[in-house]
Amino acid sequence: MAHYQPPRQGKASQLFDVLVLVVLTFGALFVPLWMGMAGAAKSVSTPVANPTWETLGQTEAQSAKYEALGFTPETAHDLILARFDYSFSITALLTMIAVILLYYVLILRFSEVEYREVISEKFGE
Amino acid sequence: MTDFDITSQTMDGIGPHGTKVGLLRVLGPAHVWALGVGIVLVGEYMGWNFAVGKGGAYAALIACWFAGILYSCVAMIDSEVTSTVASAGGQYTQAKHIIGPLMAFNVGLYLVFAYTMLEAANAITAGYLFSVVASMTGHEEALDQRPFIILVIMFLAWLNYRGVLATLTFNLVITAIAFLAIIVLFLSTTGVIGTGMMEHAALFEGHELPYGWIGVLAAMHFGLWFYLGIEGTTQAAEEVRSPARALPFGTLAGIMTLLIAATLTWYVCSGVLPWEFLGDGVNGSVAPLFDTARLSGSNALVWLLGFGTLFATLASANGCINDASRAWFAMGRDKYLPGWFGAVHPKYRTPYRAIVFLVPIALIFALGAPLDQVITFSILSGLLGYTFMPLNIILFRRKWPLETIKRGYEHPFHPVPAITLLTLCGVTFFAVFLGYGTQLVAMIGFYIVVSLWFHFWRYRFVNRGAQFTMPWPKPRGY
Repeated sequence: MAHYQPPRQGKASQLFDVLVLVVLTFGALFVPLWMGMAGAAKSVSTPVANPTWETLGQTEAQSAKYEALGFTPETAHDLILARFDYSFSITALLTMIAVILLYYVLILRFSEVEYREVISEKFGE
Repeated sequence: MTDFDITSQTMDGIGPHGTKVGLLRVLGPAHVWALGVGIVLVGEYMGWNFAVGKGGAYAALIACWFAGILYSCVAMIDSEVTSTVASAGGQYTQAKHIIGPLMAFNVGLYLVFAYTMLEAANAITAGYLFSVVASMTGHEEALDQRPFIILVIMFLAWLNYRGVLATLTFNLVITAIAFLAIIVLFLSTTGVIGTGMMEHAALFEGHELPYGWIGVLAAMHFGLWFYLGIEGTTQAAEEVRSPARALPFGTLAGIMTLLIAATLTWYVCSGVLPWEFLGDGVNGSVAPLFDTARLSGSNALVWLLGFGTLFATLASANGCINDASRAWFAMGRDKYLPGWFGAVHPKYRTPYRAIVFLVPIALIFALGAPLDQVITFSILSGLLGYTFMPLNIILFRRKWPLETIKRGYEHPFHPVPAITLLTLCGVTFFAVFLGYGTQLVAMIGFYIVVSLWFHFWRYRFVNRGAQFTMPWPKPRGY
């Protein structure tokens, strides 16, 4: 196989490549944050009016710990009652599985094409 | 057999003349241990407790042990492959030689993002710790944490810039202190020394599994945080004196240390702190070991765990800068990224351009994103990397069976660890999906876009055959 000679990359082009990667990286993290779609926020589904340790479901030992940490039933209300919602749709789950599989299939196939070229040049046909 | 000898400076596979020129070979097994454990131990000081919030205290313990199995597989597989690939870049370099360039490019990015995000999370925690110390010592107004975050990242980047031996010796000392602090807290609060204060049964009463078994699955997401980063030991491959001995020894000793530290941490924290407080790392316990010490009533323990938390965050951020810069440097050297990043400092022999370039990236994430999002970004990058490892070892054994390349370490029971690792990665993907599905899809979308960018644009600048630097025989099947 003929030896591949890569083109020389100018400084402006190198800088542009770095900028592309940086912009994509920030986009991946910050776009979900800006769109308010990031993370599983906990929420209190049934708030308790005038909470006490008992109505918050805390035993004597548990409430003693909260008091030692400086909490009152009022200040600990959201901390104790907030819960995650783990309900999900099968469609969303299947979409996620499909995206992950597509990703791995894509990189493994492209990698294989590139790898054969590397081995061919390194070791000869 | 090839004439490849990983213990030789002239035949260890780093280019045609070995490692006589390049990064300095000055590290021993203790430094490898310090690099691996140093990066991870902060996971015991903060972050792991989100797993308690996801499923309760028992769920966090189950997640801790299953994640321990996952990382034991990672350490075994990594030890075998890296004991034959004595080159900076770690798993990136492994992927380049075993699977192919695009996979390597992706793995390189996993490494850089996992470590840079972890570094940002560490800086956030250090800033929080300074604010707590300020309030404990009489400062009445809320302390602005940003100058401390910037200072931590800048100081450690400077240390990394100046040389790897000083950097990892510093890590060795502060990691050992942070680990000893956990041991002392365990001995002091469980009754071995002084009065015991564990109340597991009373604190768990009525809250054994608050979300049921799906909470156990969900807890796997943050269960990874107990150990995330141990695979970073491979980044030192080009700078250890004896890669074949030091890398497996340091990595396996590291995972054993972490299994002990993780279990002790869960035990002391869950026996003292109520699960809802412990499990909320934003409004509740940001630093659970430190909070446990505060409830012990001992000022000595408060100061010890305060310093332990600070040292753990510094050690982790320090190791992360070391590892992320090596991966970025290695990709630059191969022209996967602009070749400008592939330079070694003429005096300090460090990848100084990569170190400097990643500083503002870490700062932007540390100053501009919430802690749980930064941790999730880091975990997702790590998880994608762990999913690559089973494929890597299966292909490595298939292309170069045991008799064809001399390994410094051969992991047992192949392919059981690979299959176990792949299964646990699948479970963790589901756990991430339960809470952070949007980020998962956004991140995979990012990797798909950059993969297309690499394959169709960036790869044209890469020398094809020259990037294969190991003096291995031709792989079977090609």
